[in-house]
Amino acid sequence: MMPAMEQRYETVIGLEVHLQFSTQTKIFCGCANVFGQQANSQTCPVCLGLPGALPVLNQKALEYAIKVALALDCRINTLVKFDRKNYYYPDLPKGYQISQYDKPIAQDGHLLVADENGTTKRIGIKRAHLEEDAGKLIHDDQTNSSFVDYNRTGTPLMEIVSEPDLRSAKEAYDYLQALKLTLQYLHVSDCDMEKGSLRCDANVSLRIKGTSSFGTKVEIKNMNSFKAVRAALEFEERRQQEILVSGARVVQETRLWNDAKALTLPMRSKEEAHDYRYFPEPDLVPFVLEESMIASIRCSVPELPRAKYERLRQTYGLSEYDTNIIAADQDIADFFEACAKLYGDTKKIANWLSGPLLQEMNARKVGLKDMRVTPQDFIVLLQKMAENVLSNLAAKETLKYMLDTGKGAVLVIEERGLAQLSDSAALIKIVEDVICQNESVVQSIRAGKESAVGFLVGQAMRQSQGKANPKMIGAIIRNKLLGSSITEAY
Amino acid sequence: MKLNEATAHEILELIRQEKATPQQAFDAVLDQVQAKDDHIRAYVRLFLNENRWDPATARVPIPIGIKDNICIKGEPTTCCSRILGGFKPPYDATVIEKLKKTGAMLVGSTNMDEFAFGSSTENSCYGPTRNPWDPGRVPGGSSGGSAAAVASDQAIWALGSDTGGSIRQPAAFCGVVGLKPTYGRVSRYGLVAFASSLDQIGPIAKDVQDAAMLLGIIAGYDERDSTSADVLVPDYTKALIKDVKGLKIGIPKEYFVAGIDPDVKEAIMAAIEVLRGKGAIFEDVSLPHTEYAIATYYIVATAEASSNLARYDGVQYGLRRQPPQVRKTPLIDMYEETRDLGFGNEAKRRIMLGTYSLSSGYYDDYYLKGLKVRTLIKQDFDRVFEKFDAIITPTAPTTAFKMGEKIADPLSMYLSDVYTISANLSGIPAISIPCGFSKEHLPIGLQILAKPFGEQMLFRIAYTYEQSTPWHKKRPPL
Amino acid sequence: MTRATKIITQDDVKYIASLSRVHLQKEETQHLTKDLEGILHYVHKLERLDVREIDPTSHVLPLKNVYRCDEVRSSLKQAEVMQLAIQQQNGFLKVPKVI
Repeated sequence: MMPAMEQRYETVIGLEVHLQFSTQTKIFCGCANVFGQQANSQTCPVCLGLPGALPVLNQKALEYAIKVALALDCRINTLVKFDRKNYYYPDLPKGYQISQYDKPIAQDGHLLVADENGTTKRIGIKRAHLEEDAGKLIHDDQTNSSFVDYNRTGTPLMEIVSEPDLRSAKEAYDYLQALKLTLQYLHVSDCDMEKGSLRCDANVSLRIKGTSSFGTKVEIKNMNSFKAVRAALEFEERRQQEILVSGARVVQETRLWNDAKALTLPMRSKEEAHDYRYFPEPDLVPFVLEESMIASIRCSVPELPRAKYERLRQTYGLSEYDTNIIAADQDIADFFEACAKLYGDTKKIANWLSGPLLQEMNARKVGLKDMRVTPQDFIVLLQKMAENVLSNLAAKETLKYMLDTGKGAVLVIEERGLAQLSDSAALIKIVEDVICQNESVVQSIRAGKESAVGFLVGQAMRQSQGKANPKMIGAIIRNKLLGSSITEAY
Repeated sequence: MKLNEATAHEILELIRQEKATPQQAFDAVLDQVQAKDDHIRAYVRLFLNENRWDPATARVPIPIGIKDNICIKGEPTTCCSRILGGFKPPYDATVIEKLKKTGAMLVGSTNMDEFAFGSSTENSCYGPTRNPWDPGRVPGGSSGGSAAAVASDQAIWALGSDTGGSIRQPAAFCGVVGLKPTYGRVSRYGLVAFASSLDQIGPIAKDVQDAAMLLGIIAGYDERDSTSADVLVPDYTKALIKDVKGLKIGIPKEYFVAGIDPDVKEAIMAAIEVLRGKGAIFEDVSLPHTEYAIATYYIVATAEASSNLARYDGVQYGLRRQPPQVRKTPLIDMYEETRDLGFGNEAKRRIMLGTYSLSSGYYDDYYLKGLKVRTLIKQDFDRVFEKFDAIITPTAPTTAFKMGEKIADPLSMYLSDVYTISANLSGIPAISIPCGFSKEHLPIGLQILAKPFGEQMLFRIAYTYEQSTPWHKKRPPL
Repeated sequence: MTRATKIITQDDVKYIASLSRVHLQKEETQHLTKDLEGILHYVHKLERLDVREIDPTSHVLPLKNVYRCDEVRSSLKQAEVMQLAIQQQNGFLKVPKVI
């Protein structure tokens, strides 16, 4: 394919994100809203759609929806009503889904999304509405059957529909990341794509650059991870481009992403034209959102990731890399700011947070909240490094023990004897040992290969179990082998 | 007098005087069912012993029949439809919980038009119920089994449900008292939905006092029904006052036009004279949108019904059928075959009509328009109740019609609900009480309507009339 | 409601039947078309009313803001749910294959 041809097209993507709320109970009944239970064990007449059962709205679900709407800068419709969306599917026990049609709770919002160059783009949020989730189906080819589990039925769900403002798979990926981070800040969902609490469908079309009308769009479903979203959209972008370049037309259809084969395939279904016959849900009365209610929910919306990012960068002069990592987790950001109040070297704090502490978190597979370290302890650790009591290596070692035991830095240094060795007699002894053991390296240094000094420093550090002051060791080695003065090195 | 022929308040008095026991009352009713119901067919089944009654809680031990669309834990609840064959709800409707708490005695499930679709109880998968006054005629519907059970002394009380007249019209046809409460007065939780914005459960009883007692038991706010009203339930028996002096009652001229049976008209006029004689003030009023009520109703009610009945699809409970050969896909075939064989003709008609009026391109012209005309009909009543305490009309334009007379012509059946439908569309309470007999000796019903939550006014006027006339004492020749 | 001539055709009825998931035999389609035509013809009397300025009534009572607290209530047991089921296997409902 000619690159010139490829450049003629522009990709247009809109994402539909479904977010499960982590309320205690389902949206219209008191069944526990939990994941991973025995099939059909979290159901009642209401979520099973048994004859005669009636829905009653979970107030928390409405509050969460308002919170999301506020965080996405949406206009909130203060008259909230529900509608029935009628269609038949075995995971939908009533034959209709309680959803919102012409008056979604939220409209016309936006999210600012930054790329890695720090350029931000405003992605429009067309609408967001509250609805109930359907059950789960498992298909079995052997018995030619499907199996239904209604535990998920009635889980509160918010559908967040973006404007078709996304221009590449990468941009869609960045938007999804930014959206997830914002939603995580709100504590309304665990936002876990693997568990299905965050789900994403996409509408993809191509058009000739510079035109404003849209091309034929294809709906992509079954993307079950962030990676899959990106891969599926990249694939679809290429597929449609090839069709258009060949002079053919894109067919309007729904395609499913196949992760194993890394391609999208048309959904096999003889589904008739959709005619959902929406009408106002007669079993639920309207909800009139009082200004005071919205105001109190507004108070519960925390500083959001984008704002936090900007503020951390400006206030503390952090690098983009460190800020991204810190702002990506509310707890880390809070921890950072608590540390910054206690200790002036904010770059050091940021380095150690985004470096060693994050590594430990990942290794232990826990969040910061479950780590046994307070900002105070963490600052003592950094101070001990600055005072040359701890080498870099020993400090990492100290941190590890602190996290293992929950003890403070001072106590760990003392118990484990991790304080840096600065006694020159002891250090000279170690250097002499290292010189004896590495004759060939010593010779090469004497012959002028000064860069090999580092190797001997490393050996000496190892012999001291990380406790030696590396600068002093280097100076002693140079003094011994090259005759430079020890104090010079300081 | 046999105990099953007594009213609820008479039975309670006999029990209080230790002249009867709850068990005797229950046995008398069961004996009557054994003796008469092969003929009348008011019941479609009798309840299991453990669901009947609990002597420990029996404060109001009155034998009661329950329409087959009200859920009782562990008892089949089928709405007299094949599609719910074998379905046993795992929960009690709120009204059943309330009845069980007072110790009412549940006798059995009463016959009805399938999913309450009908005005004659002929659309039942169990076959029709006979009118106790004339076995060749229908008992009305859809709560025909409940009304016939009370009229034939096979129950002291019965529960019905009323979406467009389904309590009042059979009460009128069977010569008993039937009340449709204000929408939201009685919880719908556990009532199998026909048209959610119109349905109400209500009492069918032998006299006004019994109806007031039963409403007092079943009424009240229910946190499980978002549309139930948090309005205090008064002691309705305190409204049983024999005095209508100075009450202003409207007579809507639109209800006395062509189509009304002369016997019915005469009986209503005579009833008005009785109440006038007791000091009530009558004036003609206008409900100008009356002629649009049936059209509006059949749009709104069928649209909601088409959605409410979507759950009967063979997936979870009830009936499932698979055609012998694949037509579309095995799943869609299962849906379509189940629903083809599970629903009767009238159910299919209404599902289709409702689906049509909601479907793309027709919504604004049908469903939305229906909801707007509903507003006009409601406003008609609001205006009248600004000046009037009540409205009096016939319950139905005719007395009980012959079996098979209207079943082939759905529209003529729909038109028989002309006087009752408006109360459902506007949510107001309405009662039907016996007010005489036709030349063929068939009961005639008088309907009284009041503003929302005006049930006490209904009871007061109905009680005054009833206590001045002999009609409620008449029993059918069984 | 200004569609001329036929209010509802057999094709409309077939479409509505498939939307409502009801299989209709040929004669049933004919009967229903006739019935629905009669009823819709009757319903068309609403055309006489001008309702452009009228608000629709979905709920007759002026109720609003009816919520439930986010408190767990007990669910049915799996066995109770399976007892309702037409066909089940290992705690799941079984239906003809969806796709």
